[in-house]
Formats: sequence, C-alpha cells, structure tokens
Amino acid sequence: MADQINQLQEQVLQARSRGQALNIVGGGSKSFMGRLMEAETEELNMSGHTGVVEYHPVELVLTVRAGTRLDEIDAVLAEHGQCLHFEPPRFGENSTIGGTLACNLSGPARPWAGSVRDQVLGIRLLNGKGEHLRFGGQVMKNVAGYDVSRLQAGALGTLGAITEISLKVMPRPAASITLVKDMAMDEVVGLMNRRAGEPKPLTGACWVDGKLYLRLAGAQSAVEATARAWGGEPLENPSAFWQQIQNLQHPFFANPEQPLWRFSINSSAPTPALDGPWLLDWAGAQRWYRGQATMADLEPLARAAGGQVSLFRGGDRTAEVMHRQPEALKVLQRRVKQSFDPDGIFNPGRLYSWL
Amino acid sequence: MTTNAQAGKTLLAKKFRSFIDPEFVITDDETLKPYECDGLAMYREMPMMVVLPETVEQVQRVMRLCHEQAVPVVARGAGTGLCAGAMPHKEGVVLSLAKFNRILEIDPLARTARLQPGVRNLAISEAAAEHGLYYGPDPSSQIACTIGGNVAENSGGVHCLKYGLTVHNLLSVEIITAEGERVTVGSDGLDTCGMDLLALLTGSEGLLGVVTEVKVKLLPTPEVAQVVMAGFDSIEKAGDAVGAVIAQGIIPGGLEMMDGHAIIAADDFCQAGYPRDARALLLCEVDGTQEEVHEHIAEVEALFRKLGATSIRTSGSEEERALLWKGRKSAFPAVGRISPDYYCMDGTIPRRHLAKVLLAMEQMSEDFGLRVANVFHAGDGNLHPLILFDANVPGEFERAEAFGSRILELCVEVGGCITGEHGVGVEKIRQMAVQFNDQELQQFHDVKAAFDPQGILNPGKGVPTLKFCQEYRSIEHKQHKQHKHDQAGLSHG
Repeated sequence: MADQINQLQEQVLQARSRGQALNIVGGGSKSFMGRLMEAETEELNMSGHTGVVEYHPVELVLTVRAGTRLDEIDAVLAEHGQCLHFEPPRFGENSTIGGTLACNLSGPARPWAGSVRDQVLGIRLLNGKGEHLRFGGQVMKNVAGYDVSRLQAGALGTLGAITEISLKVMPRPAASITLVKDMAMDEVVGLMNRRAGEPKPLTGACWVDGKLYLRLAGAQSAVEATARAWGGEPLENPSAFWQQIQNLQHPFFANPEQPLWRFSINSSAPTPALDGPWLLDWAGAQRWYRGQATMADLEPLARAAGGQVSLFRGGDRTAEVMHRQPEALKVLQRRVKQSFDPDGIFNPGRLYSWL
Repeated sequence: MTTNAQAGKTLLAKKFRSFIDPEFVITDDETLKPYECDGLAMYREMPMMVVLPETVEQVQRVMRLCHEQAVPVVARGAGTGLCAGAMPHKEGVVLSLAKFNRILEIDPLARTARLQPGVRNLAISEAAAEHGLYYGPDPSSQIACTIGGNVAENSGGVHCLKYGLTVHNLLSVEIITAEGERVTVGSDGLDTCGMDLLALLTGSEGLLGVVTEVKVKLLPTPEVAQVVMAGFDSIEKAGDAVGAVIAQGIIPGGLEMMDGHAIIAADDFCQAGYPRDARALLLCEVDGTQEEVHEHIAEVEALFRKLGATSIRTSGSEEERALLWKGRKSAFPAVGRISPDYYCMDGTIPRRHLAKVLLAMEQMSEDFGLRVANVFHAGDGNLHPLILFDANVPGEFERAEAFGSRILELCVEVGGCITGEHGVGVEKIRQMAVQFNDQELQQFHDVKAAFDPQGILNPGKGVPTLKFCQEYRSIEHKQHKQHKHDQAGLSHG
C-alpha cells in the first residue's frame, strides 16, 4: 500500500516538458488491448500506487488507488460480504481497478448489475498538464460538474492517468443457481431476451457450444422458486463456469493467435451471418466472434444489429481496432482529448489512430 | 433594449419564421412571460424570444443560426427543474422542445423505448406497462418533467439506490451540437467504442448539446412491492436502522426518511397515519419476486424492532402501500401549506454523518431564524432540507438563501456534494467554488469549449468563472470563520 502520487505527477510534468509520450500501465494484463502505439513511449507505471483509501461497508462505497489489484479489492470486500457487482474480468492476477475502468470491462452480470462505468462515483486524475484533479465524489448521487469520472470508461487512458477511484459496492447474493439447457443459437436470442424481461433474479445469460446457461442469484427462496418454474439442469460448480466466461478463460477463447471480435449490439438482434464460432453473453448484448475478418467487413453487420464491433484481441493492431467514428464524433473526441491533454502525451494512438 | 438590439431581434425572428411556423416564434412580452423561470421561481429573466420547432431539422437550423450569430440558446423541456437551469438568457433564445412529445417506439423484447425529448417521464412507464415493463428513474416531478430534461439533469428519484439514475438507464441520445451537427451518442448495445460521451452529456445541464432523441432501457415490473413504515424517537436510531438494513445485504427499492416537522406536515396534509410523535420516520420499500419480498420484509421488520422502532406498520395491500407513500410524495406541497414559501435544497452526504448534519442544521435554523423540515433519500444520502420563509417579508429570501448556502457547504465539508439530483444551474453556481478548485473548474470550462467553442449553450450556468470563484471564496472564508466562531459551542456538543 503506497501513495506514489508525487512521483507520478513529477513524471507527467517531466514528460510534458520534453514532449515525451507516456504509456500508462497498471498490472500490464491488458497490454494486448487497443492499438499498437507508433510513438516511442515511456512507461507511466501505476502498479505501485495502491491501497484502500476509504471503505465504509454500510455506505456501500469503496475508494481505492488506481493501481490496486482486483484480487486485493475482492479480499477487502469479502470480509464484509460485499463485492464488485459488475464482475470485473481478470486477464492475469495483476489486473488493476484503474485498467478496468480505462478499458470499461465488466463481466457476465453487467446487464443486471451495471458496468464498471455505472458503479464509478468519482475519480482523481492526472491530466496532461500534470494537474491532479478530483471529480465526482463518494456519494451515490452527485450532479455537480460534468461527469468526467464516467467519461474515462473506455477512453483507454487517452485523457489522463486515473489515480484514484470511488466505486459503489454491493452485497454478495445470498444464493445462486445456474440452469443449463441444450439450445441452437438461432433460438437462444429470443429466449434470453424473454427471460430478461421477466421480473426474476436473473444475473447471467450466456450461450456457448450449443448450451444456454442462465444464472439466478439473490434471496434463496426467490432463486429456488424461479429455478423450479423455468426448468433446466442445475450446473455443478457454476462459479467455475462463470469465472471462465468473466476472465475469457473458457476454451472458446483458448487460441490467442486467432482474432477475437467483440460485438456490442442490440440484445435481441439476430446474430450476424458469419462462418466461425460464436459465444453470446449479456443475454445477447455482448457477442464474441472468432475468425479472420476485417473491420470494414464487420462494421456494417454490427451497425445492422444496432451496435458496434471491436477487434478485442489479436489480428492487425496497427489498423483501427475500434468501430470507426462518424466525423462529427471524431471532431468532438479530438477536442475533448485536447482539453485534457493539450500536448497529446497520454497513450497517443492507443484508442484510435487519430486520437 | 437598444435600437441595434431591437433590430437584431426583429431580424433573427424573421429568419426563424422563414422555417418555423411563425406562431411558434414568440417575441411579445405577454406570451414570453411564462418562460421567464423554471421550477425555481425565485430566479427570473425574460428571454429575447422563444422558439418551438417541430422537427429535428428545424432545431438544427435554429442552432446553426444562433451559432453563426453567437446568440445564446437555452433549451427547455417542461420547465420543472429546481436550479434555474432553464432560466432564460436576456439576450438569448429559449429553445422549447415541448412539441417533441411522441413515443417513437417501444421494443418489448429488447426492453427499450425510443423517445422524443419532450415525452413526459411517467408517460414512458404508462406506455410500457402493457408489456410488464417500466422506466426506472422516477423524479418527484415525473407527471410533468420530460425525458430530455431528465437527461440534461441526470435526474434521480426515490428508487436510485437499486435502479440507478438517468445515466444508468440510457442507451443513446441524439443531440444537435452547438455548431448544428446532428450526432448520435451511444447505441442499442450496452456500450460503445471510445470515450464515454453519453455519460459526459448526461447531467450536463444543456451546456454541451441539445437532446433531440433518447433511447432508454426498460425494466421488468417487479411482481410485488411492500413498504415497511417505522417511527423512531431519534434521528440517530433511524440512521442506524438504515445502515443495518444495508449491512444485512438488502438493497431496498426505496428508503426514505422524514424528520419530525415533515412527518407532521405530511400527516396533516393527507392523513397517512404517520406516527406524529416520532422524531424520524423511515419508509423502506422492498420489491422483487413474491418469495424475495416475503423473506426481506420479515428481516426488515425484525431489524427495525431490534433497533428500537417506536412503531412499525407494513403495507398489506396496494392501497395501503400507496397511502404510506402519499405522505412522503406530498411532503413538498404539505410543507407549502404550513409556510408561505419554501426553498428546497439538494445536498448529498455520506450517510454516517446524517445525525451530525441534521443537528448542525437545527442550530443553523435557530441562527438564521427560519424553520427547516427535512426529507431525505436515506438509501443514497441525498438530503432535501426545506427551508421555510415568507417572500413578502423583506430580507427573508436572502436569509433562506444564505441558510441554504451554509447547508451545502456543510455537505461538502463532511465529504458530500452540493447537488444530488437538482443540478447546479444558476442557483448553486456559487457553491461550485466550494466543491471544486480552480484547476478542476478550468477543466470543466475546457470540456465545455470542446463542445461549444463560442459558449452559446446555456451561458452563465453550471460552471462559474474563476474570477467569480475567487471573490466568493474570500468572502465566504471570512463569513465562515465568523460563523464557526459563533458556533463554537456546537462543535463541542
């Protein structure tokens, strides 16, 4: 547990004065994400800036330094029967909370529990001028000033280095059951959406290898009654399955060389007609596709399904890996970037070639 | 108005009338009058003109023209806001979105609704009801307030702790930028690539763009909801009871607290059967499946009893549930009956400081010579102190304002914020200097400039100029020191 803000700030100020681009790194577990940066970068290492700053279980609020590992956070919360409801994926034991927010990563419970972006209440941020700023706060409701905290979600560090995060935490569910059913992919989208439209304690809906997995979690009596009503085989050791999905360790994700595409689309849209294996999560709102393709091929399919596509892992990472933006949004994002990082020192080109 | 300004106004109106029904380009004082304020009627300004376009293309042309001529634009929904965020600019145009009141599509399978910005909040849930769905955020103005305004203010309601604010329930918005560009931010998916502009726009109080379409998520209507009402003989005990429910692992759909003044005012107003001798009242609503509610209600009752509730009543029917809520929901008009005017504040605090803050407020109430009644979204720490005053007594409003100001500063001191859900607008622009330092405020100005280089969207709201802040801080600092000195007894008490 250490507060390294002074060193980090000094490094940013130095980099700014030298025009040196910085590569923000936490645990380094997500270095495969985003584009390869063309610029020569110096590492801004956040992994030593760690520790719980404040935790009040009864307030449901946790404040931690950005380099704190997710495992540590889990351990602290577990002592009080609480958890990060959005089930942050871990791509290694070093995954940090700062990287999780920068990449906007959330696990299988996301459609019901919200995303990391949804649970963020406030942040501290080193901007490109080396100023250490505080936005949001430690309370659930706060509409003073623009929501700069949530703006960071998915920005891949292009706006600054997140140094501290306050998050809403939640009680762990008292009971959980996962039901499994054989089902073809073309049938499953409708069913997952209909189940999600019922007022039942659903917290996971995933389809892979011809099987639908529905997770129920909450009060014991409610979980049991719903399981009886819905039917299906109870899965043995369900937490192992959901962890595999959460952390992309399921055999579906096994081949790291093969390009992995992520479709974030309308949950009820038909799955795009592509050869190759699919894994459907988030009741259909997040769909993983493995196969050789180009952004130009997949973008129209994602758009037709009401959403976007990104090249999550592998493939050509010198080209764009995120769904391309219309001109007007490019202009706005360039200007927003400029407002935080006027000299463009943070993660240049990591998110988009033009940012 | 100078001759030049008059000529400019006439010319601008003429241009608007070339593409908007002339009847909906308002320039005469009598018709402009209703637009001079929003729900915070103490702040008023007559606009130069009001336009009510009927198509998105017209909104776009209004923006382009205003951008070209650097004319301020204040977007307006139903005008129910409580921070003077929709108060007009005297040299500007009020852009009313009242004509955009259609629900464009409800998709029951995907559980979404596509809406024009002028659709009323409650109308969404009413339209979704036949599919067993509803829209989560329910601000108390939900009968009248519009979804466009909800986006601008990031509106909450009594169900925020469990179901989130507006920002948690949006999929996408279409906006017209200050420069007149039409862009969609977000998608039908749960996230999009790039920085989260959707979150940035939500709650931006009309300073970054004009919302012309909104897509929201709908939730399945819970099978059942039941409310437990409990009276306590002290605020501390009620506060502990709130913490105990949450420590138990129960997230109530709604968890509200009222103080003694509010209990009596509300009970007089609608005979809800509240315990009139209680110092604090909790309303704890649990919703979900039959089984879950049954299990949790029993736990909540047991907890309240153990923690010294002086009375407990659990709703046994929908009618009884509605009655118990009626008192809370009509707390504002109820207080309006016992005082000629009231001023509603909106700070948020970490809940553990509740007793301390309420105690300090009682002391301030004596110091300022004004009564205060408290209703409180206890689950999420959002306080709504209602300061009672009489606008006809010279100086009373100013005193109410100063009292309110002190409450908000106290909220910041204990780690909270100056506004939980009403927004900054004009009203709380001074207190922004208490919550943020100059570098942070400058960052806000820079973000604003990224969206609105000329500063035509809702100028003078939301973020104060740095010069103004420095002056405010120095005055406040002196007064504050004096105040602290006066209250020395309290801090030891």
